[in-house]
Amino acid sequence: MTATLFFVQALNGLQFGLILFLIAAGLTLVFGVMDFINLAHGVQYMVGAYLVAAFSAWTGSFGWALLLALPTALAFGLLLEALVFRHLYDRDHLDQVLATFGVILFLNQGVKFVWGAAPLSVPVPELLSGSVEIANGLLYPVYRLAIIAAGLVIAALLYVLVNHTRVGMLVRAGASNAAMVSALGVNIQRLFMVVFGFGAMLAGFAGAMVAPILSVEPGMGDNILILAFVVIVIGGIGSIRGAFLAALMIGLVDTVGRSFAPNLLRLVLDPAAASQTGRAIAPMLIYIFMAAVLFFRPSGLFPVKR
Amino acid sequence: MNATIKTLGLAAAMTLATAPAMAQEKLKVGLLLTLSGPSAVLGQHARDGFQLAMKDLGGKLGGRDVEVIVVDDELKPDVAVTKVKGLIERDKVDFVVGPIFSNVAVATHKPIVDSKTFYISVNAGPSNLAGKSCNPYFFATSYQNDQNHEVLGKVAQDRGYKKVYLLAPNYQAGKDALAGFKRHYKGEIVEESYTPLNTLDFQSELAKIASMQPDAIFTFMPGGMGVNLVKQYRAAGLADRIPFLSAFTVDESTLPAQQDAALGMFGGSNWAPNLDTPQNKKFVQDYVAAYNAVPASYAMHAYDAALLIDAALKATSGKTDNKDALRAAIQKAEFKSLRGDFKLGANGFPIQDFYLVKAAKRSDGKMQTEIVEKVFDDYTDAYAKECAPTN
Repeated sequence: MTATLFFVQALNGLQFGLILFLIAAGLTLVFGVMDFINLAHGVQYMVGAYLVAAFSAWTGSFGWALLLALPTALAFGLLLEALVFRHLYDRDHLDQVLATFGVILFLNQGVKFVWGAAPLSVPVPELLSGSVEIANGLLYPVYRLAIIAAGLVIAALLYVLVNHTRVGMLVRAGASNAAMVSALGVNIQRLFMVVFGFGAMLAGFAGAMVAPILSVEPGMGDNILILAFVVIVIGGIGSIRGAFLAALMIGLVDTVGRSFAPNLLRLVLDPAAASQTGRAIAPMLIYIFMAAVLFFRPSGLFPVKR
Repeated sequence: MNATIKTLGLAAAMTLATAPAMAQEKLKVGLLLTLSGPSAVLGQHARDGFQLAMKDLGGKLGGRDVEVIVVDDELKPDVAVTKVKGLIERDKVDFVVGPIFSNVAVATHKPIVDSKTFYISVNAGPSNLAGKSCNPYFFATSYQNDQNHEVLGKVAQDRGYKKVYLLAPNYQAGKDALAGFKRHYKGEIVEESYTPLNTLDFQSELAKIASMQPDAIFTFMPGGMGVNLVKQYRAAGLADRIPFLSAFTVDESTLPAQQDAALGMFGGSNWAPNLDTPQNKKFVQDYVAAYNAVPASYAMHAYDAALLIDAALKATSGKTDNKDALRAAIQKAEFKSLRGDFKLGANGFPIQDFYLVKAAKRSDGKMQTEIVEKVFDDYTDAYAKECAPTN
């Protein structure tokens, strides 16, 4: 049973990691390419979830809702860029933090104004609503497998896009030395806008994918934003590959650690103390992990060469 | 954020236009509720419940015109204390009604009772305010926090569940909840699991539950956490195999988001919308008509708080200056509570019945909790005996 349980927990970790990756990918690009700290990235995740909730209530179909939500999330990201963020690129980090924090407050209140404070629910699409029995009595929802599949597909697409296309080349170049890219005649402003809109759409996509399994509520992006920052710091700022691996590691460390830390401690402590300590240590694991990574690799696992 | 609601509304003006003019000035009631943040919906239920009561009472309490001042505590104790000082010193309110959360109640307790203002809780019932730190100016129309959890502990014990899995968020109320459950449950606890506050994904917990195969689980997951847990519990196929006992997890504030996923899940409460008393039927019907939502217990407590103040003021002919007389009137207030049997104990907390409730669908498609069985009759909280009358 323990092996099966471990397998299921690893699947959970993988799924959580992939969601984190979708959010962190945009964040790391915006931070790496534009040197812009966007605390409001988490609310774009929330906006994606709200959009899919609204569209699925309207169309009655999750598929259509997702199709409509993605371009809307993109448009919304671009709108925010044009209205707020564009004016902050030349300011220092503190100004950016303050302004984007303001955007968080504004949008959290905004969704409450439009949709109310009560959590919304999005039905799981009919096609993916079943579950597969992994072992006796251990069911795994098909929808979560679908999230894993979607996350892997997006990761593969991003890999091709960043490493094998012209835009990707410019993005990588921008992450290394934005001033030089600009000097070579690339419209860096437009590149920034593309990266920003794309990042917002990925975060929106993550929000849309989790909407059926989590509740859609104001402030849902705030906690995940912190984890996304942990991911990009571990992975190396500006590195998509780093974000991918770090996200999977964080997902696995968090889920598996939470589940097995008490069991492991039981080997050296008595059961009551083990469960007490395990409970205390489990939530800290990812931060301990981050501290360890930063101790040995201060600029993350895959730092962008400058 | 101060929304001042002049309840000297049309209704009152029309029905009482011919009544002799009262010389008394308006009675002031401050509503201190959480109206922003993810838990705002709880405060909204309480606010709406109180205002529905004001409407039913013709805009008057104990024959006096009323000014209701609503403030948002933002679920921050320091903010709440500042707002409370405003209510007491600037607005000079006669009553503070609220709050939802116990940490707010504990922080605001001293400034309110020290100013000899009556404080009537519509939800929060922390153990110290019911026990050692009870105060003659503090009353609750709700319950002591542990009591709803005790209901489920008693049910688990009575049904002979041998192994129970406990799950709660890792903060004070979560620990209190599990302690409350254990007061009457004597069987084996296979795991006492605490998740970080505001965890939204419970998949790894669910895998553990499935592998441990307990006879039941007990959980306390208020707000969005409960919405997610219930949906994921159903999706993991556990809902039909392992009974789901909970408190503040499946109620009318979360059911609109949980929908069918919650059907058949159990909770503990002192009331349910389908409780069969004539005044409760009317209350639920009016509430649904006015706010397009089924009221949760927060709304019921706030409605009863208005009835309590009304009854007490009627006994003192609307006078509030003699605090001892008013207190005695509150303590003995006779009114028809929406929950049926109700009286206030010596510590200011209700002595009332508790029920096992279950999520079900109404004929109009809305979700509500419905009573399964009465678990405690005229039940006094465990801390009442620690409340010394000299306080």
